[in-house]
Amino acid sequence: MSELRSILATDCGSTTTKAILIEKQGGEYRLVVRGEAPTTVEAPFDDVTVGVVNAVREVEELAGKKILDSDGKIMTPLRADGSGVDAYLSTSSAGGGLQMTVAGVVKTMSAESAERAALGAGAIIIDVIAVDDGRKDFEKVKRIRELRPDMILISGGTDGGTVKHLVEIAEMIVSADPKPRLGGNMPLPVIYAGNKDARDAVREILGDRVDLRIVDNLRPSLDRENLDPAREAIHELFLQHVMQQAPGYSKLSSWVSSGIMSTPNAVGKMVQTVAQEKGINVLAVDIGGATTDVFSVFNGVYNRTVSANLGMSYSICNVLAEAGTANIRRWAPFEVDEASVRNSLRNKMVRPTTIPQTMRDLRIEQAVAREALRLAFEHHKTLARSLKGVQTVRTIGEILDQKETGETLVDMMALDMIVGSGGVLSHAPRRAEAAYMMLDAYQPEGVTLLAVDSIFMMPQLGVLSTVHPQAAAQVFERDCLIKLGSTVAPVGRMKPGEVACTVTIDNETHAVRFGEIKVVPLAVGETREAIIKPAGRLDVGAGRGRELKTRVEGGVVGVIIDCRGRPLVLPEDNQTRIEKLREWHTALGLASE
Amino acid sequence: MGTAYTPGLTVSPGTTIRKTRRLPLKGQVTVNIGDHVTADTVVARTEIPGVIQTVRVAEILGLEPAEAISALKVQQGDKVESGQLLAETRSFFGLIRTECKSPIAGTVELISNTTGHVGIRLPSTPVEVTAYIDGTVADIISEEGVVVETYGALVQGIFGVGGERTGTLVVPAESADTQITEEHIKNDHAGAVIVGGTGITLGALRKAASIGAQGVVVGAITDTDLIAYLGHDIGVAITGQEDIPTTLILTEGFGSIRMAQRTFDLLKSLEGRKVSINGATQIRAGVIRPEVIAPLEKIPDTAAKPSKGQLLEVGSNIRIIREPYFGMLGTVTKLPPEPVEIESGAVVRILEAELLDGTVVRVPRANVEIIEG
Repeated sequence: MSELRSILATDCGSTTTKAILIEKQGGEYRLVVRGEAPTTVEAPFDDVTVGVVNAVREVEELAGKKILDSDGKIMTPLRADGSGVDAYLSTSSAGGGLQMTVAGVVKTMSAESAERAALGAGAIIIDVIAVDDGRKDFEKVKRIRELRPDMILISGGTDGGTVKHLVEIAEMIVSADPKPRLGGNMPLPVIYAGNKDARDAVREILGDRVDLRIVDNLRPSLDRENLDPAREAIHELFLQHVMQQAPGYSKLSSWVSSGIMSTPNAVGKMVQTVAQEKGINVLAVDIGGATTDVFSVFNGVYNRTVSANLGMSYSICNVLAEAGTANIRRWAPFEVDEASVRNSLRNKMVRPTTIPQTMRDLRIEQAVAREALRLAFEHHKTLARSLKGVQTVRTIGEILDQKETGETLVDMMALDMIVGSGGVLSHAPRRAEAAYMMLDAYQPEGVTLLAVDSIFMMPQLGVLSTVHPQAAAQVFERDCLIKLGSTVAPVGRMKPGEVACTVTIDNETHAVRFGEIKVVPLAVGETREAIIKPAGRLDVGAGRGRELKTRVEGGVVGVIIDCRGRPLVLPEDNQTRIEKLREWHTALGLASE
Repeated sequence: MGTAYTPGLTVSPGTTIRKTRRLPLKGQVTVNIGDHVTADTVVARTEIPGVIQTVRVAEILGLEPAEAISALKVQQGDKVESGQLLAETRSFFGLIRTECKSPIAGTVELISNTTGHVGIRLPSTPVEVTAYIDGTVADIISEEGVVVETYGALVQGIFGVGGERTGTLVVPAESADTQITEEHIKNDHAGAVIVGGTGITLGALRKAASIGAQGVVVGAITDTDLIAYLGHDIGVAITGQEDIPTTLILTEGFGSIRMAQRTFDLLKSLEGRKVSINGATQIRAGVIRPEVIAPLEKIPDTAAKPSKGQLLEVGSNIRIIREPYFGMLGTVTKLPPEPVEIESGAVVRILEAELLDGTVVRVPRANVEIIEG
C-alpha cells in the first residue's frame, strides 16, 4: 500500500460524521483538511451514507478538489487530474455502537476475560453473565431478553475442564430466545470461545437457533489468555451482522477500501500502534457526552474499558451520583453551595448542548470532568489486570511487596504518555486547563508526557494504521497530537514548604517546594536532558531520594513540575483548599473565576 | 454546524397530535381505522412468552445426569402444575423415596442429557396497549399497534418522571410564580392533574401523591426534593418507568424557575378539561420530552398560528437556558456570523438579545432556546 498518495477517512459517530483528507506531501503524510456533517442513521434519512457524502462535500470545498463522482460516490483511485482518492476508509459508532452481552463460568475469571476480549474489540458491554454471579437463572434469562444484545460471547472452562456449566449457559440462551437489536428476523450471532471439549454439546443446543461461531478458547488454561481469536470473530460478525443491518451500511461497506471498523476498536488500534512504534506505555481517554472510553498499553498488553454512564452531558448526573457533590465541589477554586451545583448539573443534563459562558461555570464543568475521568480510570484499573486464579511461584520480594495475582497492570510510574480527547479536554479554552484536569484526575507519577488529540482523529488514524501504519503514525505525530509537555511528579508526601525536588534543564535549576506547581517553558518539538533530584522521601522513578537523568519534552504548556505529592491530598480546611487551588491555577497561568 | 441552538419545546393551544401505540411484540390489533377511542380503550394486545425456570433435577436427586433423565415422570411439551412430581428415585430396596417436584406451573420445554436439568416455561403474560389519548384511530400497524390522532392543546415539558396517566386539569396556583405548598393541595384533587407555577415543595408533592393526584405540572423542582420523592437518584435522563403514584412534569428545569407565562396561561385556560400526561423523558438518541395533551372537541375556526419553525433569526423570541442569564426571556437583536471570545475564554458563535427589562446581553447561540408555539 506504499503507493497511496491521497487517503479519505470518515468516522460515523452517533451525532456527527467526521471526514479527513490525508495526502503525501514531500515524502510525508499530512492532514490536509477536515469536514463534518450530522450523522444520518435515524429518520428521516435512515442512511449513513447521506451524512458521509455531506461531510466529504465539505472536505471537497475546503481542499478544492473533487472526490465524489456525479452519483455522489467516492472516486477511487486518484485520477490524473487530481480528483478522487487512492483509498477510502471508515469507522463507525453510529446506531448505538456494538452492544454485547458476555457470559462466562466464573465472574472473576472467564467472564472477566470475555469482558476484556469484547471491550478490546470495541464493544459496549451491556451485561456480564456468570454462573456464579448471584442472580437466579430466570433473572439472567429475563435480562438477556430485555437488553437485546447485538451479539453474545460465551466463554468458560479451561480446555479439558468442566462442560456442564457451559451447557447451562447455552441452555440459558435458548430459554431467553433473544432477538438481535437490529434486524429482527436474523438469528442472533453467538460466539463460543470456551472449553473445546464442550463445543459439541454447545453446538447441539444452540446450533440451529442462533448464528453460532466457534473459536479457540479465550482462557485455555488458568494462566493464559488468548483473546485474539474471539476479538477477530467479534469484528467479523460486527461487519456481517450489525453493520449490514444498520441503515445504509451495506452501501457504505461497498465504498470502503478496507472493512469498516467500530470506532473504539480503531482508536485501540491507534493506541497500540503508537505504543509499539515508540516502545512506550500509553494511556488514552475519550470523554464524551454519554460515555468515557479508556485505553491503555502497559508492557505491550492492551486493554480498553468503557464507562457507559460517565460523560459530560447526557450522563453528567451519573457522575454526580457516583462521585457525590463533595468530590465535585472540592475542585472548585471558590465557594459554591451544594444545591446550586446539583441544580445546574441537572439543567445541563436536560439541555445537554449548552456550554459554560462564565468562568465559574467553566470551572464547575471542569471539576465534573476531573471526577468523570477519575472514576472511568478507577474502572479501567480494576479490569486491566493480570489473570486471577493463577498459581504463581513468588519470590520473597514479591511476598514482601504483597503482590498478588489479579493486580492492576496500570503502573503510573512506568507510564510514558497520556493522550486526552473528547470535548472537555480537546476544546478546553486554554490548553493548560486540559493538562491540569489530567494531572488531577490521573495523578501521573515520575515523568510523563501529556497530550491532547486536537480534533479526535484517532478513529480514522486507527483504521488507516491497519492498511498503512507509517501514514497513520506520521499524521498522528504531526497533526493529530497536540503535545502539552512533560510533567515531573514526585511520589510521596512531605512537609509543605520544603523543597520537594530540583529539576535542572539547560543548566538552569528549578527548585519547587512541596505543595507547589511550577511550569518551565519549553516549546513544542523541543526535548532536553533533565536532571531531577527528589527530596529524601520522594521518588521520581529512580527510587526514594535518587536522582533521575531523563529527557523531557516541550509542549504548548511547557514542562510542568507538579510537587503536590502523590497521592494528591487536598487541604481539608475549606479556606486553605481554595487558596491552594487558586495558587495552582495561577502557576498554570489560569484564572480561578 | 448550523444547529448551534436548542430547538424550543412546543406549547400550542391547538394542533393535530398523532400518537403511535405499539406492542412490545407482535400481537393483535383490536380496533379499526376511524374508530373513536378514549384514553383507556385497549387498541392492541399480545402475550409475552414466560421465561424458563431451570429445575436442577440431577442435583436434587443426587444422580448423574443420565440417571436423572431416566427417572423423569414428564416429557417435553407436558404441562405441569406447581408441586407436580417431575422425577423420583427409590433407594435402599425401594424404601427411601427421593422426589423432585416442579416449583412452578408451566410447560416442560427443555430436558438436558448433559446437565440433568429440566426447563419449565412459565405461562405467557398478557400485555395490552391503550389509546392513551381520546381521539380517532388514524392508522393501523399490522399486528403491532395503531396511530391515534386527535386535535388538542399540547404542552411539552423539559423533564418528567412517571408514566402515562389521565385526569382533570386543576390550577390551584394563583400565578406563574406560585410555589405550590401543602395548602394548595385539597382532597378533591384526587384523580386530578395539578398545575403549579414556579415549583412545588416536597411536602406538597407527597401530599398530592397520597391523595391520589394523577400528575403535577410545575416550572421546576429542587434536585434534592426530586430524589427524595423518587427514593433514588437519577443518573441518566431516561425516565418514565418509575414506580411512583403521581407523574411529575417540569416545564423549565431544576431549582426555582418561574413557569413561562404562555405555558401557564394555556394550562390555566384548560382547567377542568380531561388531559393525558406522560412524564417519560429521553434526552439521548431520539429525544422524548414529557407532555400534557388536552383533546379539544372541535377544531376552532381560528387555526393556531403556524410555527416559525426552528430558525433562529433577528426578532426570534428566545429563552436563555444557562447561567448567568438562566431563565430570562428576550428577543434576538443581532446574529454576528463570526465566532466571538466569551468570558470563559471559549471562541463560539453568539447572539445579542434584548431582555424584557431592556438590557442587551451577548450569549452563546448554544445557550438559548426558541420559544415557539
